Amino acid sequence: MKILVCISHVPDTTSKINFVNGDSEFDTNGVQYVINPNDEFGLTRAIWFQEQQGATVTVVNVGGPETEPTLRKALAIGANEAIRVNATPTDGFFVAKQLAEVIKNGGYDLIIAGKESLDYNGGMVPGMVAGILGYNFLNSCTEVNVDGTAVTAVREIDGGKETVSTSLPLIIGGQKGLVEEKDLRIPNMRGIMTARTKPLTVVEPIDAAVNTKAVKFEKPAPKSAVKLINADNLDELINLLHNEAKVI
Amino acid sequence: MSILIYAESAEGKFKKVAFELASYAKKVAESLGTTVTAVTINAADVSELSKYGVNKVLKVSNDKLAGFTAKAYADVIKQAVDKEGAKLVLLSSTTDSIYLSSLTAVALNAGYASNVVGLPLSTSPFQVKRTAFSNKAFNITEIDTEVKVLGLAKNSYGIFESASTLTEEDFNPIIGDNDFGVKVESVEKVSGKVSIADAEIVVSAGRGLKGPENWGMIEELASVMGAATACSKPVSDLGWRPHGEHVGQTGKPVATNLYIAIGISGAIQHIAGINSSKVKVVINSDPEAPFFKVADYGIVGDAFEIVPQLIEKMKAFKSQQS
Repeated sequence: MKILVCISHVPDTTSKINFVNGDSEFDTNGVQYVINPNDEFGLTRAIWFQEQQGATVTVVNVGGPETEPTLRKALAIGANEAIRVNATPTDGFFVAKQLAEVIKNGGYDLIIAGKESLDYNGGMVPGMVAGILGYNFLNSCTEVNVDGTAVTAVREIDGGKETVSTSLPLIIGGQKGLVEEKDLRIPNMRGIMTARTKPLTVVEPIDAAVNTKAVKFEKPAPKSAVKLINADNLDELINLLHNEAKVI
Repeated sequence: MSILIYAESAEGKFKKVAFELASYAKKVAESLGTTVTAVTINAADVSELSKYGVNKVLKVSNDKLAGFTAKAYADVIKQAVDKEGAKLVLLSSTTDSIYLSSLTAVALNAGYASNVVGLPLSTSPFQVKRTAFSNKAFNITEIDTEVKVLGLAKNSYGIFESASTLTEEDFNPIIGDNDFGVKVESVEKVSGKVSIADAEIVVSAGRGLKGPENWGMIEELASVMGAATACSKPVSDLGWRPHGEHVGQTGKPVATNLYIAIGISGAIQHIAGINSSKVKVVINSDPEAPFFKVADYGIVGDAFEIVPQLIEKMKAFKSQQS
């Protein structure tokens, strides 16, 4: 089985979010970048398939040269090879077209992406790739098992979960549950050393439409101070929630 | 620029997000001088949509669509858009609607913006505001395609009544076998409890509760308030509560009317996940806990003393109301 894991290079979850150039660009100053958490759960599951079922794992990212350390980290965790599509990922559809091209050329059976990235939170790329290629698609996927070309998987739904059956080729929008937090791997020294010599191929983007553009960013308005209520005056809390906030 | 919405239902009944979406669509339609058409799939009684300004319903009744299948549903919506010549397609942000939105956008060759909050800032060029960076910022997105798809963030607009005359039309889209490449084998729903996705109030607790044996009072408070229960990431990582209850940046997002955080310090990742909630209450023994900086109402004190009292006060309040 050939697995492709789509990796977004995103600011660490603790990053301060600021903007520059008239609020038109994200301020990367002092920001640490990581593998998008939803993608990392998928990558770790892919490595499990590699170790248990002999799958090969390729990681791909659409981004500039600055994203290569993130791809190297994925290689250090255990991916066999990496591909970087040399383009700025500004629009979900444009990114999906690039990924679809990589998938067509590489003949991948299982494509694992995170259900959303923590920067733009678009949550659209995996489904768009599936739409472009006509492959089976499962979003919010928390479990995936493959036997030959048959797949059983679990999707999180509002208020529960559903088990589905489908077949390869398949694209999933994955999340926590594919593996648990404790199963995530920190690259060891050997992994880091071997990652340096694993192939990282840079390909140029294909022409594709850019359907949307981020024009500007805004930060939320500053919040007014908390109203403190005395612990022995809970009636006041109920009064405020009922009469002022009108939420109970 | 006519507008088409997908009014989501479950077991024949509309979800609340359908009415929020209709309210939003009505307002956008007024500013564009057009009308709102809704497509429904196996909804029993569609007349309710007339309360929220919908003018026409394309009513799909098909046993093949009894269970949710993203590709088939996306296909239905695409055919409805084509039939109506709609230029603006509006969808909710439930797990199911998010799932089908990207498929719909590709099928329509449409630009798609998700997590949209507020009315369009401009219609020419078409610009909307959406949340990004896990609620730590907003991003103004311009959509340049002829057909546009928007995913409206949950609980971001509200439900507003606006009576309209409704025309119902049976609609029979073509559903192909290749729409069913993913088959649902079984569905497991937590019964008897409010889900985080549907809840208007969420009662959430963290490590300050010291152990899973102490969750009884959290469940009781939630039950009295008709709320869903949730927890912080450390609590689900420790196995005190199921993963499905983990809310935050890497867990479930919460956008409720009221979020009550008990014994949760308020790590930046937790706040990011719950910040779209309208009103936030914090109960924590540490007055320096970061949650106090983002909360509307706060109580400094011991949860083990406060929560049992709050349960009693809340019961008394509820019985007065009824």
